Amino acid sequence: MTATTRLLDSHRAADGPLRILAASGQLGYGIPVQAFDRGLQRRPHLIGCDMGSIDPGPYYLGSGEMAAPAVMVRRDLELVLLAALEQGIPLVIGSAGTAGAGPQLDATVAVVRDIASARGLRFRLTTVRSDIAPSHVLDALHQGGLASIGPMPLPSDSEVLACTHIVGQCGTETLARALRAPTDVLIAGRACDTAIFAALPWMLGYPMGLCLHMAKIVECTSLCCRPSGRDAMLAELDMDGFTLESMNPIAHATPASVAAHALYEQADPLEVDEPGGTLLLHTARYEALDAHRTRVSGAQFRPRERATLKVEGASPVGARCVLLAGVADPTMLGLLPQAIATVEQRTRELLPGPWTLHSHLYGQGAVRPLPPEHHSRHEAGLVIEFIAPDAALARAAAGVFKQNLLHYGYPGRVSTAGNLAFAFTPSEVDAGMAYRFVLYHVMRDAPLDDIFRVESVDVDGTALH
Amino acid sequence: MATTGTPLSALAHVVRSKNAGPTQLTVDIFFNDGAAYTQAAASAGLTAGAVAALYGLEAAAVQRHALPDILAMKFTMPRRVVAGSPGDGDVYGAQQHAPLLGLRL
Repeated sequence: MTATTRLLDSHRAADGPLRILAASGQLGYGIPVQAFDRGLQRRPHLIGCDMGSIDPGPYYLGSGEMAAPAVMVRRDLELVLLAALEQGIPLVIGSAGTAGAGPQLDATVAVVRDIASARGLRFRLTTVRSDIAPSHVLDALHQGGLASIGPMPLPSDSEVLACTHIVGQCGTETLARALRAPTDVLIAGRACDTAIFAALPWMLGYPMGLCLHMAKIVECTSLCCRPSGRDAMLAELDMDGFTLESMNPIAHATPASVAAHALYEQADPLEVDEPGGTLLLHTARYEALDAHRTRVSGAQFRPRERATLKVEGASPVGARCVLLAGVADPTMLGLLPQAIATVEQRTRELLPGPWTLHSHLYGQGAVRPLPPEHHSRHEAGLVIEFIAPDAALARAAAGVFKQNLLHYGYPGRVSTAGNLAFAFTPSEVDAGMAYRFVLYHVMRDAPLDDIFRVESVDVDGTALH
Repeated sequence: MATTGTPLSALAHVVRSKNAGPTQLTVDIFFNDGAAYTQAAASAGLTAGAVAALYGLEAAAVQRHALPDILAMKFTMPRRVVAGSPGDGDVYGAQQHAPLLGLRL
């Protein structure tokens, strides 16, 4: 019998609360073991892990590479896989491999299979693919079914076709469809953070508003506590609300810390759009059970007539080479932007071609616009990006620019031996491909069942044992 | 910007910014107590228009959410550059709270 069958056949809300253990909000950066073990001692009904996000930027979606170090991804996957199988409870992982694109889902599954072989494990594995064919996006675009979120223009056809990967965020309803197939481990490509933790509880009949609210808070594990952290978080859900408890005894879920978390990374603090409707937090209540635990209730859910789909797509803008240097001369500090513009022009004359330069002048407003009176008078750090169709041109532009800036003669120059301080050489560093987001839009009337392909297989790693 | 009044840092224990998706930035301020919240909520320095000016945006581009129950205020605004596109200086948007720190309310 699979873990989902056992749970869905045996658990009744009347029997007592459903215990959801959130093991990780970013699988692959090291799940703290002590708190996770404490969570396991509480006999959870399921383990959920979020493995990705759009936050780390377009590179990961564009390239299909994982952001987290491979060695830690394996360590964390092994930890949660062994625990779930030993306890016979479902393991749900979402946004596999950072952006949840096909290559990242495949890489995550490959690690799981490898662990199965190494440890002699046997289980049923279900995957949900979140990749969207460009034709689906183009159809929506042409039919007016694509809407921007924030200041993101509608893409052109060629921009959509230039995306290396396009994914959609599958919601709770889609993961529930996948979990109807008996399974032990579910690994989804791009998924709403909430869906990972809300799908099974919703299938068991708990109210959608509570499921989503609970999921939204625990998906970041103990980030909702004070002091906040990355330790496993337990939610105990019943038909009227849920209790939140960090598995780190010194991280306290207080009404204030939990309510505050509802604001985190959220444009609107009281209405949260999900694929199937809107989570409404106007009537949410947060009450302390004791100094460590908070009871949450009152969230509502307003279903949408037709589910929407959030789509994400990234396309390459070129190869990137980065020049790193420091400046300490006060006169040079005063004319840095002009010096860079002049030297860029000289470099273009020496090395024509389709390369672009993007400068980040730390100490002079690289992080946010700074008025000149707030510029550092002591030193500045230069991070200058060169982007070109190929790495050789990007590197050549960086090299020529560097040498010309190093020896740039300006009025009043006293440091005639060189204008730049390098922490190391080569000071030009190849930074791989650069990408940008082309798609971050809501798609209406998307064919969800066609897009999110569900597959189940038996993984048998016992052959060698 | 006002040079008199109480510094925001004396009224709030959390002032943070983060992306709300790659196209928007959201800023959360958590105040120390009811009195601090009331003072801030009534101040001209924390209207949507004043915050917009601080970030070089049109007033209509900033949404302000007042949350007296949890002594918090949220401002959501468009990012200047989509997160991670060439020219961006803060992919996560986690250091865009800084302009608020000099506020006096």
